[in-house]
Amino acid sequence: MKRILPSYIEHLGEVTPFTYAWDMTPPTHLAPRYCSFSKPGNNKLLPNLREAIRQSDLRDGGTVSFHHHLRNGDYVMNMVMQEIAALGLKDIRVAASSIFPIHAPLVDLIRSGVITAIDTNYMVGPVAEAVAHGLLHKPAVMRSHGGRPRAIETGVLKIDVAFIAAPTADVGGNINGVHGPSACGSLGYAVADSQYAKTVIAITDNLIPFPIAPISIPGTNVDYVVVVSKLGDPKGIISGTTRITKDPLGLMLAETATKIVQGAGLLKEGLSLQTGAGGASLAVAAFMRQEMIKRKIQGSFALGGVTGYFVQMLKEGLFQRILDIQCFDLDAVESLRDNPNHIEGCASFYANPLNKGAAVNYLDVMILGATEIDTNFNVNVTTGSDGMIMGGSGGHNDTAAGSKLSIVVTTATRGRLPIVVDEVTTITTPGETVDVLVTELGVAVNPRRKELEPALRNLGIKVRDINDISAEVYRRTGKPKPFSPGKRIVAVVEYRNGQIIDVIREQGR
Amino acid sequence: MEVKIGRAGSLESCDVLITVFPQAAGGLDIRIASIVEQQFGEQIRVVIENTLAETSVHDAVIEVRDRGAFDYAIKARLLTALGRAGLVKGARNE
Amino acid sequence: MKNLRSLLFVPGNNPAMLQAAGFLGADAVILDLEDAVAMNEKDAARRLVTEALTHLDFGSATVIVRVNGLDTAFGADDIRAICTTRTEAILLPKATAERISEADALMARTNLELIALLESALGVEMAYFVAKASPRVQALFFGAEDFTADMGVPRTKQGHEIEFARARVALACRAAGVQAVDTPFTDTNDPDGFTQDVLRGRVLGYTAKALISPRHVMPLHDLLQPDPSEVAQAHRIVDAAEEAFAAGIGVFSLEGKMIDAPIINRAKHILSLAALYGGGR
Repeated sequence: MKRILPSYIEHLGEVTPFTYAWDMTPPTHLAPRYCSFSKPGNNKLLPNLREAIRQSDLRDGGTVSFHHHLRNGDYVMNMVMQEIAALGLKDIRVAASSIFPIHAPLVDLIRSGVITAIDTNYMVGPVAEAVAHGLLHKPAVMRSHGGRPRAIETGVLKIDVAFIAAPTADVGGNINGVHGPSACGSLGYAVADSQYAKTVIAITDNLIPFPIAPISIPGTNVDYVVVVSKLGDPKGIISGTTRITKDPLGLMLAETATKIVQGAGLLKEGLSLQTGAGGASLAVAAFMRQEMIKRKIQGSFALGGVTGYFVQMLKEGLFQRILDIQCFDLDAVESLRDNPNHIEGCASFYANPLNKGAAVNYLDVMILGATEIDTNFNVNVTTGSDGMIMGGSGGHNDTAAGSKLSIVVTTATRGRLPIVVDEVTTITTPGETVDVLVTELGVAVNPRRKELEPALRNLGIKVRDINDISAEVYRRTGKPKPFSPGKRIVAVVEYRNGQIIDVIREQGR
Repeated sequence: MEVKIGRAGSLESCDVLITVFPQAAGGLDIRIASIVEQQFGEQIRVVIENTLAETSVHDAVIEVRDRGAFDYAIKARLLTALGRAGLVKGARNE
Repeated sequence: MKNLRSLLFVPGNNPAMLQAAGFLGADAVILDLEDAVAMNEKDAARRLVTEALTHLDFGSATVIVRVNGLDTAFGADDIRAICTTRTEAILLPKATAERISEADALMARTNLELIALLESALGVEMAYFVAKASPRVQALFFGAEDFTADMGVPRTKQGHEIEFARARVALACRAAGVQAVDTPFTDTNDPDGFTQDVLRGRVLGYTAKALISPRHVMPLHDLLQPDPSEVAQAHRIVDAAEEAFAAGIGVFSLEGKMIDAPIINRAKHILSLAALYGGGR
């Protein structure tokens, strides 16, 4: 990979550049956890957010954290950051597992210096644009869903106060996400925060008598509880039923991806599968379902972000378990609540490369999307080809590294934009962890997985050199003018193992 | 030929809406708005200019609203708009 | 023209669909300037398709353009424009022997081939002569919608009203030695109905079908795929025939059955179909 990274980045320090996916240098110990205790009769319930922030002793320069299970319906991060601003605090680092368009009010706080640093796994919308335009004082750190708990557990990312949106809570600080008006299902991305932050504040709009059931995050991790009128907008929290694409090209690609799973010998009893929640990824699940029914195969588990489609497959007995880190729709929330085989998992359990074996290591097949993929199979899901930040790894590079077979499914062009390119604008996922590319212009197999090719050809799949596909793409679209970024580094992309795999430079205004 | 405003194409994905306002003199004024302006803005202008040169159109305002059209579609829409504006003859006249 | 199974209609005035057309798995795409294009967009669609055919790659699909009828103001201009491109064939609507001759004259200095769309009572009645009206004609295409309109009878899903005409066109194709393209099935949400319709055409002798939805491509190919045991038997027959021919024997027996020319021809036909599935040998 010919990325030239600076050896030192202002505010971040020495850069450890990416070497290879499983290059791990584990510390001998995890980070220390804070000790505090609560005596009988102690009251965790505080009257409002401001009081809770005061009690937490948050100072200028501190770090606050949030989970993103309320997605684009989340009111909590805005609410908390307004209070922090009102208290006159500044130079705050926001460590949010993801940031959405609804968080637009944070842009003013970035301008005014209340927020000067951001750690996140995915961001889209006005905050992402502000970062790309260089408004944030320090470079943002973009991790993966597995990299974030690694950073927290090893003390790389130190959290002063974790603000945990809790759809249901009790006075003991026990919380879950499956009940209440703002139910979002799994709370998997908040678990490490609750364990390692100095102070943990649960924010709920559904306080019910002690003890609640189930308990996702125990009150033994939680210092304070605050009740607010509303955590979020249910319409933004659960996006309704995600539909399988009707686009004929998308369906063709999904069918091909399913054949590739078959060709790789993985379409068999005990199969485990993860797909994204987009319509095209879901279409792969639909074709896999057909094949599994036809061949009378039962899979072992489905992983990751869960939609109603996987819930249906669980009910049909096509999977034994769902390991759920995040619910995308109401069906998933209800299933997590009611079905004992639908299991809630935390981000570390899901994807942390530096624990004793995350779930991604047991994954057979991962269906991935791509904003760009280059002729070395590197994938970008972080920026557009214009350099604008509009995503992030999420679980992309975790699942690519963990799974036995990672398949990128995408059209070769999107509108006029080439997707299969010479060189990606930003590397999110290194090519060494990507096995197969499926496009309408043909299928490309990573030379590292050459052994797959004969089986795929036998199934009638058109296997081509990725360089030929890319050349054909450029013949169709024309060669785009490459993004010419400014000098200043506005964000770094940290690979799941903690090494820096790329930097994002300023987008001109 | 009767000269009037000519418009062709659409704002659907992969298409382009081109409007031609003929003028008696004053040269060419090409206005481009594209969802891929940063990547392909210059290329779109080249296609428009070449097509205008091929058809000997020297005085017109050309308004281009691009939704990611390939070159062939840009050229086809421009030729149709020019035809509808009365600046070039119909399809047979290449 | 190579042997086709699927001919997929693609609206001629839609760039996104033109660009996807070659990659949907169909053996042929029919870029449509006729029914899929509004009256006031005929000029735009002709331009767009002409430019697309000059600059765009349609993968391995055979490219066919459905022009407007020669009884309209657009038909002749359509053909003249398409003549300048790399199109393989023109699909001529409302075909009669006279219209085929007219079209033939318009494409004089090209190698363009013709598919005749038989969709009037007269067209169907004269099917064989339409096929023979020009050596360019490579296939007849039975169009049931316009045919029933011409007959003044309602079009039903069962299709009793088209049985005779449909069989007649298939028969004429065989007699004239051209490919037989069956009428499209227009309900994209009725997979069982589609299956029935394909099989009905197949028993009449249709070797190909026009499609209005890409979702029909894969099911059609599956339905038209010859039985593996049929293919194996065809291989044995053709192999034995070659041996017999080399030895100068006219009629011979294989596995106790007399093998003559019609059986050999049928076996060859099955192998040519099997070749489309990569299973020729």
